[in-house]
Amino acid sequence: MSGIDRIGAAFTGCGRRAALMPYLMGGFPDLPTSLAIANGYADGGADLIELGVPFSDPLADGPVIQAAGTAALAAGATLDGVLEIATELSERLPVVLMCYSNAILARGTEQFVADIAAAGVSGLIVPDLPLEEAPTTAENCAAAGVAFVPLAAPTSTDERLTAIGAAAHGFLYTVAVAGTTGERGDESAYADVIARVRPHTSAPVALGFGISTPEQASAAADAGADGVIIGSRLVREAAEQDDPATACRTLVEQFAEALR
Amino acid sequence: MSDVSLEHRFGPYGGQYVPETLMPALAELEAAWISARADDEFQAELGRLLRDYAGRPTPLYLAERLSAVAGRTIYLKREDLLHTGAHKINNALGQALLAVRMGKRRIIAETGAGQHGVASATACALLDLECVVYMGAEDIRRQAPNVQRMGLLGATVVPVEAGARTLKEAVSEAIRDWVSNVADSHYIIGSAVGPAPYPAIVRDLQRCIGDEARAQILEREGRLPQRVIACVGGGSNAIGAFTAFVADESVELIGVEAAGEGLASGRHGAPLTAGGRPGVLHGSLSALLQDDEGQIAEAHSVSAGLDYPGSGPEHAWLRDSGRATYVAVTDEDALAAFERTAQLEGIIPALEPAHALHFALNVPSDSELDLICLSGRGDKDLAEVLALLGRS
Repeated sequence: MSGIDRIGAAFTGCGRRAALMPYLMGGFPDLPTSLAIANGYADGGADLIELGVPFSDPLADGPVIQAAGTAALAAGATLDGVLEIATELSERLPVVLMCYSNAILARGTEQFVADIAAAGVSGLIVPDLPLEEAPTTAENCAAAGVAFVPLAAPTSTDERLTAIGAAAHGFLYTVAVAGTTGERGDESAYADVIARVRPHTSAPVALGFGISTPEQASAAADAGADGVIIGSRLVREAAEQDDPATACRTLVEQFAEALR
Repeated sequence: MSDVSLEHRFGPYGGQYVPETLMPALAELEAAWISARADDEFQAELGRLLRDYAGRPTPLYLAERLSAVAGRTIYLKREDLLHTGAHKINNALGQALLAVRMGKRRIIAETGAGQHGVASATACALLDLECVVYMGAEDIRRQAPNVQRMGLLGATVVPVEAGARTLKEAVSEAIRDWVSNVADSHYIIGSAVGPAPYPAIVRDLQRCIGDEARAQILEREGRLPQRVIACVGGGSNAIGAFTAFVADESVELIGVEAAGEGLASGRHGAPLTAGGRPGVLHGSLSALLQDDEGQIAEAHSVSAGLDYPGSGPEHAWLRDSGRATYVAVTDEDALAAFERTAQLEGIIPALEPAHALHFALNVPSDSELDLICLSGRGDKDLAEVLALLGRS
């Protein structure tokens, strides 16, 4: 099954109002612990996992994910190390890799996509690769059966949404707020954002950025999201708890329950 | 849609590697600049401010004592005499006026040496705009006078504690602020870096340096210089100095980067000189200091303004196309040139152009006529330099 099909099946077969996609900072706080956290996500009811590759200068990320990336790099995280997590995890769940564009350029786009496909990665999210810069990466992904997942933002014009929606494979990553990643209190805009992107794509619409409580996850599903992405809240849990795998599993269970 | 557009690529370099959230704002900015730059009223207002407020045109000064040392004629383009003490005001005034034109009343800026932060704070005070300046905590320590100036001008200086706490992190944080406040804010990037259309806009606003200097040297010497020399961090004063001369094939263009503790030490800020694989930082593809995984390396330079691991994309293309040459000068040599210029000419240069001065004074050349961009004055560096020279 191609990555695109596997992601599609995860959305349609999730058995809840919206698929749950927790974000993991690969290699944070270290490689073995982050693998344990990932398994905690899967045990807690995750339908897919967004696996982050740490980067020195993550422009789309707020303080929590930035700090986790810095710590992961200090602990020796590498792309190959993160892909080891993908290899193990993809036995259980579809893995969608999140990395910044320089990681792709550093390895060479063709080699990069071949390597992530070999690690069982189903989809690729690159937050600093807008449509204009994406063709080479998207073509390599298509050839390898990896879903190239573009992002839509609240600031995107209708013209851009049409192009982004048509380019979406697997799902459309819909950014809930104009801002960086990080916990936020406001869910009032979810419905408008989803209503704006929905007509432009046939792919499932997953909402992310700022969703930090089970109540907000539920609100996202109420607003029509096909998937809900939880990032900073879980990364903060991993940073603050003595037993991050168990703590993150418990938290993921609460999000899963809210989406039932 | 207008047929006119600004360069998004310089050869393979440049581009727009930014979150989707910013893409509409970049398109709006490009359209606004194309319109403003062709608008006589806008140009007249900018021209008036550059002349009456900032002090343009700046003098082209024949530095006789430096010339005697170098054994060739050296002219200095005196950007150090501008209001706020550096070329940065050219760009800050232009972009602040553009922000007003776009109806954006909140300005975001980053700063390394503090010169661009001061220039932006100054333009914002003048035009009654809110101003938030991101500055690395290490730079706040070594550029204290400029931090005080920004405060006095009414700007909010936000310390950035990430990474090496210098210019790279300040730019990243400024971009994050812009992502979060894009509806009402304009980001005045301080160098010829960043996603398109920034490198082209900053060049357009800084090219007055070379346009003036070219006319001035033709009037004084009746000929073009053999070399135009400027320091390069991100590269805004250099692209400003070079642009008017790019079509003059006889004129050698030389960008001087920071060799820091030496290129071999790995502690430097010379991505164009050091070569290596290009990469993406702060929204554009260009020469870059990075490791094999694509993690951005920390730069090092005694001068905060050159302490940057990236470079403007147009410079990377000028290098690859053979039109310009890039070299690097160490901290130690820049400090020596700083002191020597003060003693020989009564001009205290900023540490950044001191790199260019060292190159012109000490590296042998057949050139008989050099034009050096003296991009800023060194008041901001006094405490740091005196401490490094063991005299504080």
